[in-house]
Amino acid sequence: MPALLSVEDVTRRFGGILALDGVSFALEEGQIGGLIGPNGAGKTTAFNVITRLYPADSGRVLFDGENLLRSPAHKVVSHGIARTFQNVALFAHMTVLENVLVGAHARTGFRGEAKAQAEALETLAYLDLAELAHRAAGGLPFGTLKRIELARALVSRPRLLLLDEPAGGLNHEEVDELQGVIRRIRADHSLTVLLVEHHMNLVMSVSDRVHVLNFGRKIAEGTPAEVRANPEVIEAYLGSDDVAEPETTALALEVEGDDGAP
Amino acid sequence: MARAARSTGGVAPPSSTPLRRALSAGAVACLVLLVLALPVLLETRTYELARAAEYAIAILGLVVLVGFTGQISLGHGAFMAIGGYTSGVLMFHTGVAGALTIPLAGVVAGLIGFFFGFPALRLSGVYLALATFALAVAVPSILKRFEGLTGGSGGLVLDVLAPPGRLHVRPERWLYYLTVSIALVLFALTWLLLRGRAGRALRAIRDGEVAAVSFGVNVALYKALAFGLSAAYAGVAGSLLVIDSGFVNPDTFPIELSIRILVGAVVAGLTTLGAIPLGALFIEFLPIYSQQVSQQAPAVIYGAALILIMVLLPSGAAGLIRRLLSPVIGRL
Ligand SMILES: Nc1ncnc2c1ncn2[C@@H]1O[C@H](COP(=O)(O)OP(=O)(O)O)[C@@H](O)[C@H]1O
Ligand SMILES: [Mg+2]
Repeated sequence: MPALLSVEDVTRRFGGILALDGVSFALEEGQIGGLIGPNGAGKTTAFNVITRLYPADSGRVLFDGENLLRSPAHKVVSHGIARTFQNVALFAHMTVLENVLVGAHARTGFRGEAKAQAEALETLAYLDLAELAHRAAGGLPFGTLKRIELARALVSRPRLLLLDEPAGGLNHEEVDELQGVIRRIRADHSLTVLLVEHHMNLVMSVSDRVHVLNFGRKIAEGTPAEVRANPEVIEAYLGSDDVAEPETTALALEVEGDDGAP
Repeated sequence: MARAARSTGGVAPPSSTPLRRALSAGAVACLVLLVLALPVLLETRTYELARAAEYAIAILGLVVLVGFTGQISLGHGAFMAIGGYTSGVLMFHTGVAGALTIPLAGVVAGLIGFFFGFPALRLSGVYLALATFALAVAVPSILKRFEGLTGGSGGLVLDVLAPPGRLHVRPERWLYYLTVSIALVLFALTWLLLRGRAGRALRAIRDGEVAAVSFGVNVALYKALAFGLSAAYAGVAGSLLVIDSGFVNPDTFPIELSIRILVGAVVAGLTTLGAIPLGALFIEFLPIYSQQVSQQAPAVIYGAALILIMVLLPSGAAGLIRRLLSPVIGRL
């Protein structure tokens, strides 16, 4: 089966820092792929390169056979790629409904307003957000904001959904719920998902395949079980401040999210 | 400043309940009636009220730009000058009636604003403020150079505005109703535009460019379009200013005019179209009353009043209206 997304030998520098150093990985249609690594490993940068917010210094990103690096950032969503943001990037002064409607911007013309509204409301209901539709997004609880971001992404009708630390800042109950939500949306919308997450229980339980970055390089790839047992991966996590326990099970610890670029 | 002034408050009012919709429709209808009756109620102030309506159009343009896209302009007088001179030159050289030149004045100013909008993208905050300020300084003196067309420093003396045909209306009333009709149409159009997809895209850009781009908003295009639209409104206002003055010269559009429009926008609150008329009345009448209070130093009174307003109403008249209405609206 040909890959839906394939990142090929992508490099991205920030001054002296190699945020991505010849990174390659691929995602098959329908898969949930985990992308993990300690803080600063380059995960968010990978999202930003795929969605064209940052140009890559070299390499290719193929989506359904097309080189995304030739698209301007605002065209990426029309290819069928939607994302959420590590630190939540909602429109604070707009209502929840309006936020979600922006998700439909690219696929609705100037005449599609009524249909877009109906679909946005439907998606809000799907994620149990219906009663918040007319509230301003600013000031709602963090977990709710993350869910609204998810709704905005879904309304764009993506084939590929990029989730940047969706569990960051959520409590245990919310994380359990999120796990169900991710599975459910994959099934209901026949989505492919790329999941960046520090919450190891979550990544390991929902991912079909896990890719590991460290200091901008890909150090491992495999099934959750393989990655969990990979000595280099354990080493990477031990070497960082993220995890203190010198055991394989350290990967199961919950690790706090960091504050990176978008 | 733009940032501090913008606020939707904690709760966004749901605009969809039928009762609220009926009430706001009723309120708008009452306001429109009041606006139409004003020259009868305030006979002696008709001319000033027409001026205020011109300012309201220019402020509307600025609010679209500053309040809805987060860009700033200290130089909207430049676009007013472009619109004003478009009308002046056409009237002077072709003898066409002033009112007929207004659409073209808007289009010319709008196109120039649109193309100015692209380089403006690379600037933000103070830099954009300075660039637009420079534009306001430069445009009148550039226009002055085309002496054959624009009459140089002396400018052009134009026909005084007269009601068309045998319409027996006093000229200032004709001016008032012309200006107010244009203003109402532009307000309605803007309101329709901003509540739909395009307005959402603009507000999305203001609140978070990265997320807006990621969901397909062409930020460069929308910002330039907003600049163009904003400039078009300024052009229409400038055209009306020239038509009612009966002449145009570089001094018709001093830099002070740009600042005055910005003051009006800030006083109105930058986010709510409904409060714009208050901002317009403020910048038209406060200088007149300042003059009456103190012959020696009207600017001091003007400045003091402005500071007082900014302190007491940090989110402008819009904020005040919201605060006054929220106990009422909250119960509906
Ligand atoms: N916009 C930026 N400017 C400069 N450096 C950046 C920028 N974005 C990311 N970096 C750097 O690139 C590296 C990878 O960051 P990031 O992709 O955010 O890591 P992760 O998401 O894996 O925690 C870090 O060293 C970070 O400081
Ligand atoms: Mg990150």
